[in-house]
Amino acid sequence: MEMVAPFAKVFSMGDIPTSVIAIILGIGFGFFLEKAGFGSAKTLAGVWYGYDFAVIRVMFTAILVSMLGLFGLHYAGVLNLDLVYINGTYVWPQIVGGFIFGIGFNVGQYCPGTSAVACATGRIDGFVFIFGFLVGVVGFAFVFPWIEPFFNSSNMGRITLPEAFGIPAGVVVLGVVLIALGAFAFTHFLDRKLGNVPAGGEK
Amino acid sequence: MTKNGPAPYWNSYKAGIGLGLVLLAAFVIMGRGLGASGAMTRMASYAVHKTDAMIKGGTAAESKTIALKNKYMARYVGSSADPFDDFLVFLFLGAIVGGLISGASARRISFSVIKGPQSTTKRRLIFAFSGGLISAFGARLARGCTSGQALTGGATLALGSWLFMLACFAGGYAIAYFTRKEWI
Repeated sequence: MEMVAPFAKVFSMGDIPTSVIAIILGIGFGFFLEKAGFGSAKTLAGVWYGYDFAVIRVMFTAILVSMLGLFGLHYAGVLNLDLVYINGTYVWPQIVGGFIFGIGFNVGQYCPGTSAVACATGRIDGFVFIFGFLVGVVGFAFVFPWIEPFFNSSNMGRITLPEAFGIPAGVVVLGVVLIALGAFAFTHFLDRKLGNVPAGGEK
Repeated sequence: MTKNGPAPYWNSYKAGIGLGLVLLAAFVIMGRGLGASGAMTRMASYAVHKTDAMIKGGTAAESKTIALKNKYMARYVGSSADPFDDFLVFLFLGAIVGGLISGASARRISFSVIKGPQSTTKRRLIFAFSGGLISAFGARLARGCTSGQALTGGATLALGSWLFMLACFAGGYAIAYFTRKEWI
């Protein structure tokens, strides 16, 4: 089969279709986040205190679906994986940044995407989180000159788990599937053990 | 559930499949995934840029705002700004619309503050503000948040994104004990 995807890289696309596509993708993004219960900090907080594991289930299901679709289309010869943007790796900034982000996530119980849907449904705490985030971005910008050396440190470029560990991509994909399924099973075990009624528990 | 009360949330796997398909569509169409913190960074930088230009007055002031002089914000407002940032802003606005559609269809729209049973509105809002502030630092340092790093980078098997994801959970669980009174 002919490699036709990613469309925007294989064919040329103007600015207008790009922004229209962005809005449509965004609507889908916000829609499913809200349906998952992520417009409420209460659902999100459940993952830290063990009363609702929707965060784990939704996040890893989304990763599995998109990862399997991505690699499936790649193996079918439809999508050129080399043209898909892969986040560059900066080992220490991402570990330290991720840790700080996790603290902020726990304190505020939203993240940028979920705060948008919280705000959309009238949650004032979601609105306040966004305001805090915007102030934080500006604060970060002002201290940036001092942390720039760290920000650009341990740059490994475009590197994936298969490349980093020298394991075939298919094996890593299978590994992620098994870990996710194990995580799902573990959250259901905890639900039974703790007698949880998760927000997303409707059968 | 009362007759006119809010509809229940979806089963997590069903919502996760929907979210995964949106992410896959972004990869197939755009060759890039989703992101939310990039849009907020662009909006914040742009707000600083415009406000400063307004305070200084005149169109000439537009070329020397504190946002343009700042090495970090200049990347988001200057002429060298990445066009992908505009894509992220539209994506973010779309997400608000999508949340509104889903919330309205489930009768979940109401002005309220979500908080734990032992918390107060004032405490909850202080925590929400602080959490936003802290996570902004983390997201900017890591070059992305839960959507740009964990979801998108997770699906593409990017090494740094998996490190981000593990560190994020570690950070959250490290502080969860101290913030527990807010939620349980």
